[in-house]
Amino acid sequence: MAKIQINDKKIEVKDGLTILESADIAGINIPTLCHVKGGKPRGACRVCVVEVEGARNLQASCSTPIKDGMVIKTNTRRVRKARQTVVELILSEHDGDCKTCDRNNDCELQELARELSISNIRYEGSKTKRRIDDSTPALIRDSGKCIKCGRCVTVCSEIQSVGSIFQQHRGFATVVGPAFDKNLEDVVCVQCGQCAAICPVGAIIEKTHIDYVWDALDNPKKYVVVQTAPAIRAALGECFGNPPGTLVTGKMTTALRLLGFDSIFDTNFAADLTIMEEGTELLTRLKKAIVDKKNVALPMFTSCSPAWIKFAEHFYPDMLDNISTCKSPQQMFGAVAKTYFAKKINKDPKDIVVVSVMPCTAKKYEAQRPEMNDSGEKDVDYVLTTRELAKMIKQAGIDFNILSDSEMDSPLGLSSGAADIFANTGGVMEAAVRTAYEIVTGKPLPLNNLHIEPIAGLQGVKKASLKIEETLSEWSFLKGVELKVAVAHGLGNARKILDAIKENKENFHFVEIMSCPGGCIGGGGQPRFTTDDVRLKRIQAIYKEDEGKKLRKSHENPDIIKLYEEFLGKPLGEKSHHLLHTEYTQRCKA
Amino acid sequence: MPSLEKNHCSEEMSEEQLLIELDKILDDYIGKPGALIPVLQIAQRMFGYLPDASLKLISKRLDKPYSEVAGVVSFYSFFSTVPRGKYLVRVCLGTACYVRGGKEVLEALKNELNIDVGETTEDKIFSLDIGRCFGACGLAPVIMINDDVHQRVKPAKVYDILNTYRLKEEKSEVKK
Repeated sequence: MAKIQINDKKIEVKDGLTILESADIAGINIPTLCHVKGGKPRGACRVCVVEVEGARNLQASCSTPIKDGMVIKTNTRRVRKARQTVVELILSEHDGDCKTCDRNNDCELQELARELSISNIRYEGSKTKRRIDDSTPALIRDSGKCIKCGRCVTVCSEIQSVGSIFQQHRGFATVVGPAFDKNLEDVVCVQCGQCAAICPVGAIIEKTHIDYVWDALDNPKKYVVVQTAPAIRAALGECFGNPPGTLVTGKMTTALRLLGFDSIFDTNFAADLTIMEEGTELLTRLKKAIVDKKNVALPMFTSCSPAWIKFAEHFYPDMLDNISTCKSPQQMFGAVAKTYFAKKINKDPKDIVVVSVMPCTAKKYEAQRPEMNDSGEKDVDYVLTTRELAKMIKQAGIDFNILSDSEMDSPLGLSSGAADIFANTGGVMEAAVRTAYEIVTGKPLPLNNLHIEPIAGLQGVKKASLKIEETLSEWSFLKGVELKVAVAHGLGNARKILDAIKENKENFHFVEIMSCPGGCIGGGGQPRFTTDDVRLKRIQAIYKEDEGKKLRKSHENPDIIKLYEEFLGKPLGEKSHHLLHTEYTQRCKA
Repeated sequence: MPSLEKNHCSEEMSEEQLLIELDKILDDYIGKPGALIPVLQIAQRMFGYLPDASLKLISKRLDKPYSEVAGVVSFYSFFSTVPRGKYLVRVCLGTACYVRGGKEVLEALKNELNIDVGETTEDKIFSLDIGRCFGACGLAPVIMINDDVHQRVKPAKVYDILNTYRLKEEKSEVKK
């Protein structure tokens, strides 16, 4: 432990902490544009400088470790002047116009300039060279706005282990981007959008579909249906000043109705459908392996997260057979909406527009994959992020916080609590086990409140096992089997578990992978800024939504049962196979 | 530091053969911290420059993102991703050389070679680049031609310096 003094506060902190971390413990705010809580120090932006007694120069607090007896001042005239100068210099290069920027009112640089009361930029220097890269379906990069803080590089290489972007060239000419100024489309990028979520400014943003959606809503010939992903209801409120973890399911539904959507449906419905298909697929694979002694790919991986799919296609092309063939809930929904629902309302699928609201940027990529048109049309037409939906609500002049609650429409709007938890890490696994266990044993999962606790929470890789004691006669081959499962979130963690499986160090029956830290609640399209505290609050909200429902298991959803009776037949049946399942493509590494 | 001079056998070896060679050399560097820059230097010495295939191979074998390898290559002016002439002329523009006329020397070289910084003469004999301090500030202004250091260079001396290399080239042409 070290005794230090920050301003007038004397505190004792653990050795090895930085000044910035110690100040955080002391409740003293030091601004920074490059540092991410919990991440490695970068020392790139120099905004966090402080005065340290005995040191000649100001020290970057994010990268200076504390020493016993250190006396630190964070709020002297010299510090304030230096921070102002640093921010002025950043602004002098920054080629952006706040009024028309996507990040207006949601920008850390703008906010800092306001906090430091910068009223004049004294330096008339060159602007950063602008190059817009809109080559990918999900993301747009604008080098002119980039302040070279390097956060996106950290998240892409260290958290996601993808490494699409890095600092190129040097000095003033530094550009953060793919190798040799290539477009993002021409290198390995999984479109997860964690870079866009962590960027302090408007240098990386999602490719917006707002205008297309307004066009569809304004077109009287089009029947526009909307689906909202499980993670939206626990985060959308933040865009309207509500604290993280505020559930806004009912208000969101009302807002969507006011925006003019013809039917308000739920991706949760399709999540229940996914469990029916994926659970059955898992049991079928297990049967093939244990009873028929056939060579089937195990463990089976979940397939809901499109950035994970693209990651596997690039980095683990030899393991694609292990991924469930189930489409993601978004795509299942689109395929069902343009077939089953189209027939119900007697519409030509051509006249139906499916809009998704997703916490995710990769969903924009997924929707335009060439194989995603099994309904005969593009299954999902447009994808909005949580942030884009908030923008549309604001554009429409809707006062979100005073809206009353309303219910989603039938027949694709009803869902179980198992579908809710698709939003967070461990949730898809728990939902699948709730159903699979009951199919096999005829009894509900014998756990506290149906929760599998070892796979909840923010630990990167989580494991659990469950012994199947009694079974129904049809599943007797599973008697005594210890079902082993694993859960990973963040692609860097996914890589760890994949490598362990590949090297035969670990074996499992079923593995859930979500691309983003925390799962979809921490997706690249969610309100900024997502820290672990925010993730935990959103997860709490999701569990609350789950526990508040009478229906807790996907197979009990009466509208799902009806969908099978009236249209699909049975899980993994011919129609399901055609509409709800897909295949994957091997892609190159670099 | 590895020599800038091209490996003698490289003249005869095709790029594919060189890649196989590089692949073998990389065996010794797997998992070693700080391997990237030495490996890039070796590759540049072998190929004369850093072809894309070599960078992809290095990225794969050292398990470093291609973007990071490219970032390091584009950071250092020493590395080139385009083929260079037989002799790389580097003009120091570090502080000492700069104040003692390095910039004028650079202009003279540009005129004499009729190329800009980063370019190569049509006959593929000279390439021109700038450097940031060769650690010979007492001899400023300094230029380096491959591994030879030329001290206290004046713009007027540039023609003579280049000529010694041109003559060498003519002799070797005659021998062939």
